[in-house]
Amino acid sequence: MVRFDDVGLRYGSGPAPEVLRDVSFVLPQGSFHWLLGPSGAGKSSLLGLMHLALRPSRGEVEVLGQPLSRLRRGALPGLRRRIGVVYQDFRLLPHLTVFDNVALPMRIAGRAEAQLRADVGEMLRWTGLDAKAGALPATLSGGEQQRVALARAVVMRPALLVADEPTGNLDGVQARRVLALLREMHRLGTTVVVATHAEGLVAEHPAPALRMEEGRLVAHG
Amino acid sequence: MARPPRVRRSRGRDPLGLRRALSDRLLPALVAAMALLAALALAGAQGAAELTARWEAGAAAAVTVQLPPAAASGGRLERALAALEALPEVAEARVMSEAQMQALLRPWLGEAPAVALPLVIELRLAELPASPDELAGRIAAAVPGGVVESHGVWVARLVALARSLQTVALAALVLVAGIAAAVVAVAVRAGIAARRAAIALLHDMGATDTDIAGRFAGRAGLLVGTGALLGTLLAAPVLAGFADLAAPLLGQVPAGSVAGLPWGSVPWAALALLPLLGAALGWLTAQVTVRRWLRRLP
Repeated sequence: MVRFDDVGLRYGSGPAPEVLRDVSFVLPQGSFHWLLGPSGAGKSSLLGLMHLALRPSRGEVEVLGQPLSRLRRGALPGLRRRIGVVYQDFRLLPHLTVFDNVALPMRIAGRAEAQLRADVGEMLRWTGLDAKAGALPATLSGGEQQRVALARAVVMRPALLVADEPTGNLDGVQARRVLALLREMHRLGTTVVVATHAEGLVAEHPAPALRMEEGRLVAHG
Repeated sequence: MARPPRVRRSRGRDPLGLRRALSDRLLPALVAAMALLAALALAGAQGAAELTARWEAGAAAAVTVQLPPAAASGGRLERALAALEALPEVAEARVMSEAQMQALLRPWLGEAPAVALPLVIELRLAELPASPDELAGRIAAAVPGGVVESHGVWVARLVALARSLQTVALAALVLVAGIAAAVVAVAVRAGIAARRAAIALLHDMGATDTDIAGRFAGRAGLLVGTGALLGTLLAAPVLAGFADLAAPLLGQVPAGSVAGLPWGSVPWAALALLPLLGAALGWLTAQVTVRRWLRRLP
């Protein structure tokens, strides 16, 4: 479950205006939500709060049952390992192979190499990338890179998966393929939130939506 | 069940790409130069300490009091000994035997000196005086008619000089360690700047500060330890050469050839510690630098 209660977010410590204002909503465990809104509406900031890359300036954020205001900094890494993130720009590490990029969250979590090989192999097959395991990201197409990023995000079987414009840099075919994988994660019980501009994709896959405008949540449902 | 794919994972254990971000050339080369300086400073401090001890030992028995031969009778010698031993600076006052005196004077006076020899009292001092002139005056006052010879004056000055050299060498060692730490900190900061995005990614995936700082610290420790080892290996023959040049100061004869260098004079135990201390310094500096930077992340 994800719960925002009267959340405000301001970057920096000065008198800068809030980029998020009075945001309140609840996402039940296992739900799928679109996050919609124009550029600059605050979608990425909202997702940043969800995957603990940011902390709210005010209000309460609760992620996977953990209220952030009561969590020590040292407890955050454990919670982050239960959250998968897919970025528009993929953020693959260029010096690592596809296999090692996907294996990264497991190595961070200290998983044994034997278990890691089996799980990463399964993820690569799931995303149709098993033949590319030894390739470096620079040799892959945009769609392939985004599937690697998706495999990396879900290899730890996260309870919450957030995707920030995951299809923004992809053509229609690749975008549908990535979206199908996200929907499959939802079917497996993961809470999924996908920020997008692609109204066409949203129309093809109807689901509840959060709609942001100028830092405020203007519609939920 | 299908076999998991066999893939190249040579860099899987270096997700931050630190093998490139923290170069294995520049940092070890700089540290090697500093280790060489540290080894020289260390050897200088040790050499100065040895000279201090040697000169102090020499000066401790370097004060003598001469009395005329007639002082042997009438209890004057005993009174002089008692007065000298009562001085707090004097650890022991001992009359030099006639045999010792003859042995000392034999080159000038022959086997049977025709002149009456003075009585000589050797003084072993508890410690070198802060003011040798003042002590000489007090000894002269305690033994009226005695002639005090105190070449401990210049010995004390040499000892003070050696102590100053020792202090300067230790200060140089501390300075080199400080510069080495600064160089490591700069290199680590450059590495952080080069891998900022990767660090943020690992952090978002749940990597702890300990994990990220440990990756930098392990790499920095390895590079600094390697550089310090190279510098130490370079320093060993240089120090052996310096020890050979300093041989006359210790009453030894210089070898003058590489084969005859006094390798035993090289402070091997202290040198062996340098790479270990260097690695520890690099590790600790990287830990502090990275952890301070990571504090800005949520």
